[in-house]
Amino acid sequence: MILSGGNLTCERGGRTVFSAVSLSLRSGELMQLTGPNGSGKSSLLRLIAGLNEQASGTLALEDGHGDLTIGQQAHYIAHQEAVKTALSVHENLAFWRDFMGGGDVGEALSAFGLSRLSTYPAGLLSAGQKRRLALARLVLVPRVLWLLDEPTVGLDSASLDRLVKVMAAHLGTGGMIIAATHVPLGREPDTRLELGASS
Amino acid sequence: MQYLANPTRFLKLANAVLPYIWVITIGLFAVGLYGALFTAPPDYQQGETVRIMFVHVPAAWMALFVYSTMALASAIALIFRHPLADAAAKVAAPIGAVFCFLSLATGSLWGKPMWGAWWVWDARLTSMFVLMLLYLGYMAIWAAIDEPHRAAMIARIVALVGFINVPIVKFSVDWWNSLHQPASVFRMGGPTIDKSMLWPLLVMGLAYTFLFVALHLVSIRAEIAARKIRQIHISEIGDR
Amino acid sequence: MKLILALIRRDLVLSYRQGGGAGSALGFFLAVVVLLPIGIGPDQQLLARIAPGALWISLLLSVLLSADRIYQQDYEDGSLDIMTMGPVPFEMVALAKSVAHWLSTSLPLAIAAPLLGFLLNLDPATILPLGIAMMLGSIALSLLASIGAAVTVGLRRGGLLVSILVLPLYVPVLIFGLSASQGPASGPEIATAALLILTAITLVSLVVSPLASAAALRSYLK
Repeated sequence: MILSGGNLTCERGGRTVFSAVSLSLRSGELMQLTGPNGSGKSSLLRLIAGLNEQASGTLALEDGHGDLTIGQQAHYIAHQEAVKTALSVHENLAFWRDFMGGGDVGEALSAFGLSRLSTYPAGLLSAGQKRRLALARLVLVPRVLWLLDEPTVGLDSASLDRLVKVMAAHLGTGGMIIAATHVPLGREPDTRLELGASS
Repeated sequence: MQYLANPTRFLKLANAVLPYIWVITIGLFAVGLYGALFTAPPDYQQGETVRIMFVHVPAAWMALFVYSTMALASAIALIFRHPLADAAAKVAAPIGAVFCFLSLATGSLWGKPMWGAWWVWDARLTSMFVLMLLYLGYMAIWAAIDEPHRAAMIARIVALVGFINVPIVKFSVDWWNSLHQPASVFRMGGPTIDKSMLWPLLVMGLAYTFLFVALHLVSIRAEIAARKIRQIHISEIGDR
Repeated sequence: MKLILALIRRDLVLSYRQGGGAGSALGFFLAVVVLLPIGIGPDQQLLARIAPGALWISLLLSVLLSADRIYQQDYEDGSLDIMTMGPVPFEMVALAKSVAHWLSTSLPLAIAAPLLGFLLNLDPATILPLGIAMMLGSIALSLLASIGAAVTVGLRRGGLLVSILVLPLYVPVLIFGLSASQGPASGPEIATAALLILTAITLVSLVVSPLASAAALRSYLK
């Protein structure tokens, strides 16, 4: 499976965020996305997730599931964690399981060390715990492409290790990850994409 | 359509035809007003106040016509994604709102001698009032959303939903009015209107239409200029 | 289908736990019904005459006031982002959330309204038609509120704008809803016809609302 983007241009409010960005990512590969603030890292991830439209260029997931959009085959984890404070930790994940057609809530919780907190309202969680709850969706629902926007923010070293482990397992089974971060992710990325370098 | 979608070509054409349109507009107004004020006879029931009709009725026509134009431009923008259609819809709204307001105000002025009150919840006035709200909502959307692409998209939705709503409102208000006022207070003649009154009315309607076309072209021209200025500002800031 | 039910259930649980669902809307409703006789005097005959209209207007305003809750939170916390990536069309998500709003807010109000009518000396014979018309009309009210909520979701001060935008859409619902409730001016035949038209308006809303809401939400997510 190959995710390939050619000559992607993104515009916001009449301003060009980035232009002529090309990328190619194969099964089992990790891509690290870097660049200064405002260079369009988040915009590129949202564009791949189908939340934003490219002004020009092409984007395709070759050998993917033909009937589904790229967004429907991807996970998108960003600053906004999509965590409902009025629901318990377990209920939060159970909803996403039902909505996205996923698997085992218990497994997802334990992958990020949240099992103990399962019955507590998510409103009581610390910032780092909330972030882990958001990341638990990655394990909960199997999807081939992971789009991670600063996934390590707020994580302590133990949680970072957990994330690294989960990512390694995903890559090992042929998954693909694009992570926008400057933090080392426990392994050398297979490709790097630096935005805002020339323009 | 595709030919005119290019702003430069559009500007060229607009600049070429505008003087003629202005001349035709003024000519039609001169003829229409002369007919309305001098040749048309006073109504045997309403007397001289009937002359308000020549301002009021075409304004109401235009309010509806402009809203339809706006909806059509929005639909074109939605299908072909062309920014010029968005601009056309955007600048049509204030013009239409003025026509709508004019028809409400003159209706109210007419109402005072006719009904003895400045405002009566007559079916026609009520649906015009709702149309005014639709115009205001549409303009508020453009004013409230900063990001131009997003504002354009939302405005298209608002215009089209409103357009579906217009006939439903018209129908419902007629229904409501017939329930509450079995004998209509005042019927404007429709086909029974006399020829001497009809032709000035039609000429005035045509004059209003040309006035709208002229104003619309001028406004689109201004909107294109405003966008260019914005683009220049952005590119200046963008270079850090 | 299962995931649509999951979404509706989640929204219902959230509106119940966070309060402010049917509760605060009912409170507003009650306030209008109590303040109205105080404002216009206790004349039983006058109250009976205006009761259906007053109840309809209270219903309309209560639904309108709660409209911004349909999408606001999910927009702000990023849940909507992820919902666009679900296996169903986003229009279905919008529809499900409108249905949840109807179940949590509009329907309880529509059920409570005829009962609160006793406070306004509502003619007992109109309780049944009023209840039926309100249950049906409240579906349209929630669907139309969804359009207003979606169109203003990213705006800081969307509340006033929602009122201006949704009010024209509510006019036909109010007119035919009131007619179908056998308001002061309509008899049984007219009420039946009005009920049919109200059904038609509800069906039109059912088609237009998810399309318009989803399109509006998408452009805010960009």
